[in-house]
Amino acid sequence: MNSVDIATFQAYGYFFFTAFLVAVLYGYIYHLYSSQKRGTRDYEKYGNIALHDEITDQPIEEISKNDEIKK
Amino acid sequence: MENRPLEYDYTVAKMFMLTTVVLGIVGMLVGVILAWEMAFPAVNTIAGEGLAEYTNFSRLRPLHTDAVIFGFTVSGIFATWYYVGQRVLKVSMAESKFLMFLGKLHFALYLLVVVAVVGSLLLGITTSKEYAEFEWPIDIAIVVVWVIWGLQIFGLIGIRREKSLYISIWYYIATFLGIAMLYLFNNMEIPTYFASGGIGAWYHSVSMYAGTNDALVEWWYGHNAVAFGFTVPIVAMIYYFLPKESGQAVYSYKLSLLAFWGLMFVYLWAGGHHLLFSTVPDWMQTMGSVFSIVLILPSWGSAINMLLTMKGEWQQVASSPLIKFMILASTFYMFSTLEGPIQAIKSVNALAHFTDWIVGHVHDGTLGWVAFMIMASLFHMAPRVFKREIYSKSLMNTQFWIQTLGVVLYFTSMWIAGITQGMMWRAHDEFGNLAYSFIDTVTVLHPYYTIRAVGGTLYLVGMFLFAYNMYKTMTSGRRVEESELQNASPMGA
Repeated sequence: MNSVDIATFQAYGYFFFTAFLVAVLYGYIYHLYSSQKRGTRDYEKYGNIALHDEITDQPIEEISKNDEIKK
Repeated sequence: MENRPLEYDYTVAKMFMLTTVVLGIVGMLVGVILAWEMAFPAVNTIAGEGLAEYTNFSRLRPLHTDAVIFGFTVSGIFATWYYVGQRVLKVSMAESKFLMFLGKLHFALYLLVVVAVVGSLLLGITTSKEYAEFEWPIDIAIVVVWVIWGLQIFGLIGIRREKSLYISIWYYIATFLGIAMLYLFNNMEIPTYFASGGIGAWYHSVSMYAGTNDALVEWWYGHNAVAFGFTVPIVAMIYYFLPKESGQAVYSYKLSLLAFWGLMFVYLWAGGHHLLFSTVPDWMQTMGSVFSIVLILPSWGSAINMLLTMKGEWQQVASSPLIKFMILASTFYMFSTLEGPIQAIKSVNALAHFTDWIVGHVHDGTLGWVAFMIMASLFHMAPRVFKREIYSKSLMNTQFWIQTLGVVLYFTSMWIAGITQGMMWRAHDEFGNLAYSFIDTVTVLHPYYTIRAVGGTLYLVGMFLFAYNMYKTMTSGRRVEESELQNASPMGA
């Protein structure tokens, strides 16, 4: 493989890798907003973790024994 | 066994709060001395010819950078971790003797490293690698300190009650992993005494990399130390302390997640902008420039998220000096993350490279964003860890305005100095002869160097006010009840 081939390969690799990462990024944005909309997961409630952070406060999402078993 | 209600245990947080304040003053004091030395070279020998070895610019410069980075900032990161970590994971360090032991060991070893660093740098023992001046025995000790911190982080996460990790925790984890990776690879070095069979000092070493490779690794490290030391953990702080102090949940949690991944991916590739027009491959320079520009997006994502968190609550900026510190910090974050990418554009860099504009950029980021945010965090923590109100609100306000003026004088003087310098260096006549000699630039820059020194001195005065206010809070602030500590921090007049 000569250096011209390697450069061509690099250029294609670079382009498709960047395109892939852009797709992943937009996919992540879509995932965040669609899960919120469908009600699968309410991301915004996690903002309250900082506000209700006394040790006596109820956790926003508690680690329960069931979680451990499910894992 | 006594039956007390469970409380958060801030023992280790308090220890690191102390080193944050002390090393902040030491680092900035040395910085101010350096600034006066730049303006008035006679200051180099201010303690007499005999002590000139210890007071000259080149001996003190690494002490300044390392004291503010590894002393002040890293202490601030640890102090806030030992506070925020417990609270958002809803678990107390008092619940685990092992984690408490790790925390105290972490602090004890950190202090030892500080002593070793200050001593060795003052004696002129250095690898001569910028921001990585420590010789191999100290490097190994630093790795041990860092690993202990990691064990503490993941140990605390392991016994948490809150299932989801709050966004600040993500940023603290990234700080731990990022610095671990950068520090290890950049400090790969060969102890010369052992490699050569007994020549030279036992503690001396040389970098494992040479020439351009060394520069590349150095700036991959150097720029990402800015990422994982001056950005990521400070964002961790603002994501916790601003919502908590203002009583407003972060404006968009989804945006915080998105900005996190954006920052993680983009930052690592931007370091090449430090080596524009040097011997590194051209594509790498271009990549450094391009990624620096893209970096505006995740940086502004976090900063705008913080400003929008204040939506409908802007009166708090006027009424609370603590909120003022944080809002100014996030504004300076936006400002320096725009300035940096501009400097990374090749044509701008052709003018800016090696000039004081770069120094100005670093300082509007560190003084305006990093230090303001660390001090705001400590101000917020103080009433909660000492169970006393902040000693003086008016002193806080005074400190805010003195330091803001200091930062403004610092970066404006360096802008003018830097651009003047860049223009003079490349000015030439119609035959291509340089129009100015180096000393011409020195003469022209003198007033700006003096303004910079004044700005730095004002900032240092603010640091003393900060230390005094913290000390008085600890010792003589009015005692407060738990109910007063919900959101806005209680402050005395």
